[in-house]
Formats: sequence, C-alpha cells, structure tokens
Amino acid sequence: MKALAAENVGLAFDGIVAVDDVSFSVESGKIFSIIGPNGAGKTTLFNIMSGIYRPSGGRVLLAGEDVTGLEPHIIAAKGLARTFQNLQIFMQMSVVENVMVGRHIREARDLTKALLRFPSVGRQNRATRAKALELLAFIGLADRADRPAGSLPYGGLRRLEIARALALEPRILLLDEPAAGCNPVETEAVEALVREIAGWGITVVLVEHNMRFVMRISDRILVLDSGRKLAEGVADEVRRNPEVIEAYLGRHGSKEAAHARD
Amino acid sequence: MRRIFSNRWMTLLILVMLVAALPLVFSSGYYYRVAALVWISALAAIGLNILMGYAGQVSLGHAGFFGIGAYAVAIGPARFALASWLCILLGAALSGVIAWLVGRPMLRLKGHYLAIGTLGFGVLIALVLTSESKWTGGPDGIAVARLAFADIRISGPAAWYWISGVVLVIGAWLALNLEDSSAGRALRALHDSEIATSLCGVDVARHKLWAFVLAAVYASIAGSELALFDGFITPDMAGFLHSIELVAMVVLGGMGSVLGSVVGAALLVTLPQLLTVFMEYEQALLGLIIMLTMIFLRLGIVPGIQRMLARRFS
Repeated sequence: MKALAAENVGLAFDGIVAVDDVSFSVESGKIFSIIGPNGAGKTTLFNIMSGIYRPSGGRVLLAGEDVTGLEPHIIAAKGLARTFQNLQIFMQMSVVENVMVGRHIREARDLTKALLRFPSVGRQNRATRAKALELLAFIGLADRADRPAGSLPYGGLRRLEIARALALEPRILLLDEPAAGCNPVETEAVEALVREIAGWGITVVLVEHNMRFVMRISDRILVLDSGRKLAEGVADEVRRNPEVIEAYLGRHGSKEAAHARD
Repeated sequence: MRRIFSNRWMTLLILVMLVAALPLVFSSGYYYRVAALVWISALAAIGLNILMGYAGQVSLGHAGFFGIGAYAVAIGPARFALASWLCILLGAALSGVIAWLVGRPMLRLKGHYLAIGTLGFGVLIALVLTSESKWTGGPDGIAVARLAFADIRISGPAAWYWISGVVLVIGAWLALNLEDSSAGRALRALHDSEIATSLCGVDVARHKLWAFVLAAVYASIAGSELALFDGFITPDMAGFLHSIELVAMVVLGGMGSVLGSVVGAALLVTLPQLLTVFMEYEQALLGLIIMLTMIFLRLGIVPGIQRMLARRFS
C-alpha cells in the first residue's frame, strides 16, 4: 500500500521552476527521506503535499486518494501531519496547549456547546490534556507542560512540534529537518524518536541535511536537484550513484558520504 | 499566582464581586451612571478581545456594529412599534449577519490591510447613519424610547447599572468558556501561526469568521444598552474615534485577557472624568497615562501585572 505518492508534480513561481515533474511514492510504515542541496525544492515539495501550495501540474495521492490542491486543514484531517524547518510554535500558549491544538480534529467542535460550557466540553478538555501530556512524556517534556512554549530551548521546540504533529494521530508524518541545529547526542535522540514513531506504523517522510542521519535511518531516499528528481533508492544506491556524487554531493559531500559508510 | 489569576472561575468571581460590591461605596447616582458606562464599554471590549486578543485579527471599524445595535433600538420601536428588548436581539442578529457577509471577503486580508479594510467598513456604517436622516435623524441624532417590560419602564442609572453588570458577567462567562475550548485554542493558535494551525486540521478562515461574528454581536448588544440607557444617540457612536477607543481598551487592558478588557474599559471611561480637575490639560494627561502604561506594561495592564506577580512569587 502506498501511503503517499506524488505523480509528475510541478510548481513554478513567477516563471521560476521550483519543482519540476517529480514523482515518487512511499510505502506505508516506512521512513522515506528527501535530500538535496539548498534550493532543490525539498520544502516546496512538502508545502505541496501538505496543501500550502497548489501544484501547477501533477497529482498528490494520500493512500490512493487524490488530494491535489485541497486546503491544508482538509489534508490534515485525512491524516497528514507535519513539522516546519523554521519552527511554527504557538509562542503565546503553554507547552501542553500547543500539543492540545494538535488534537483539534479528534475533538467535538460545537461552538454553542463551547460557549455555554456543556459538561461534555470540560470532559473533552481533560481528555485532550491527558493525551497531550502522554505525548509530552514521550518526547521528554512532561515536566515543562504548563510553562510558556517560548521558555523552551531550541531542541525542545523541535520536539514540541513533533508532539503536536503526533497529537493528530496521523497516518503520515512529514518532518522538515528534524535534526537541524542539533548536536550529535540530540541527533541520536531524534533518530530514536523517528524510529519509534515509524514502529507505530506511521509513515515518516523527512527532509534533512545531516547525511549520516539520513543514511542510517531511511528505508528509501529521494534526491532532488534544482527542483528535479535526480535519483531514488536505498541508501547504498544513492550513495554510489555517480550523478548524485557529482551533481549534488560535490567534493565536500562525497567526503561526508564516505564517512557515513562506517 | 499566575494560575490563580488566569483561572476562569477566578476571573468570573472577581467580576461578580466588583459588580455586587461597588454600589456600597457609591454616594450618588452619578457613580452608578459612570459604572454602567464602564460595564457597557467593557462588554464591547470583551467581544473585540475575542477577535483581537484571542485570534489576533484587528478591527478598526468595530464601532460600526455598536452603532447598528444602538440604532436598532432607536428605529425599531419608533418606526415598527417593536418591543425594545426584541430590537436588542434583532440588532444583534443583524450585526452578526452583516459581520458574516463582510467578514468572509475581508478576513482574507492580514495585518495592516485588514485594519484598513475594517476601518472602511466602520466609516461606511457611520456615513449611512449620518446621511439616511429620514430614518436615523441624521448627524443630530435621534431619541430612543426607554426599555419597558409590560408596563414597567426601566430607566435611571441604578437600574442600568445592574442590567449592564449582569450582561457583562454573562458576556465574560461566554468569552472565558470559549477561551478554554477547542475553538478557543484554535483561535489563540492561529494568532501565532496560521499555517501551523491549519495543518493541525483547523479551518482557519471559518474560525476567524466566527470570532468576527461573535465580536460584532457583543458590540451590537453594548450599543443597544447604551442607546436605551442614554435615551439619545448620534452617529458618533459608530464613528472612527469610538472604534479606536474600543481597540485602545483591549490593548491597554491586555490582549487576550477578559479581565484586561474590563480594566481597559474602566480606565478609558473613568479617566477623562477624573482628569477634569486638570482642566485644559485633561486630554494631554490621558494621552500621557496611556503612553506610559504601554511603555512599562507592554503586554497591557492585566497580563503585565500577572507576569510581575508570577516573577515575584516563583
């Protein structure tokens, strides 16, 4: 079963092609990585898949269903959650409230009942909070639950975004540079986290610059360059692909790739 | 400390005690009158706080809805022989429908563009109220029949103090309920990041629209109250200056804080009265106090004090 697929997806901004005829598909429950140099179109591809951009061509399929051009909240309701490279935290809310917002589609949302505070609203709040606290415990932020989100260090905010995305109980999780700005120890923690999430059967698609991390964790890797698909395969295939080494990794990158082998 | 003050029931308790206890220190009808004006303005401010403080969407034309509510209780009874209390509800419904129709295209705008768009809406309403003098009495205003149930006429500062006080507490209760619900969390989230909120499955456009409608209904009811209380209204009530005053109440008191909206309204209603002893310097002093408050309590009065207390006690 393909959890997520892109078919000939393309997008241009004012004549500048950001993503050009890209196709790929992700098996359910696998970890799929998208790599490529800056400006390769990785985040743009994420934005297309999550409904922020409407592609100028091609289709996006979620578990076989065409979701091309649907609004982000509808795609989210169909089970796709994501995090952001440039963190999008609700800074004026507490840590636990950030995760509670992620429960939105799992909550009853009758405005009249909320305004009049029907007993069900209080019960639901408690259930939502309990679930959010569970997720905070999972990412190791339970003791910060009622602190303002802005008081968390950078690594904490990255994990908070993951918890918020998980709160939706997604089938597919898009992680945009989950290890960005993390030291080796933190990167290992992120790796363990991603593996555990995939272990629950959630399909993980990630964009990441840290090559070792990508090579270790990915079931399959897609390489983008200047908006075009350059290669796709398992880590070894990608690493050995001369086109990838030449066009993307370059001198510096091939050294890094060599390191990643051990 | 922080938790105590941000608690829903604590806010409500403070408000109820204020409304109940203030008359103990009132020595004349004048105090009732000023306090009633505070409660009425505070109701409109709490509504605007749902839009501005929770959802982070500005409206510089909100007095327009205040005006619709006010003229509904002026025109309805005089021209259509409708009961005043029914006209309060009709005015609120009309404001809600207009907010829904205007808000759908308007709330696509963001930041400064939304500010100018809503400003235009407010100017438009004030203009209609001024120029349609056959219905509205034009720039000179129009008399408003007193509120009456059966044969009992309700007028006078004390009666209106209690009516506006009870309505305020109900309005505060509804807003606090909203804040602590799925929809309220969604509104506060989209304040910080619309993209992240929509990817949590929140229909952002719909939530903004309902916040706008609610804010309009609050303003409309406050407008109806003021018209019935004063017995006379002019188009100034719907004008730009009044819109700015409502925004100032929300920001000064503290965005997102129900108690803050009440404090902001209390300051902007009572300060001009208190400062009259300074004669011609009154306006300048009012401006200076507002400036200093915002410089030293950047979050607004109530959240600013909450934070100071939280630091001291933690």
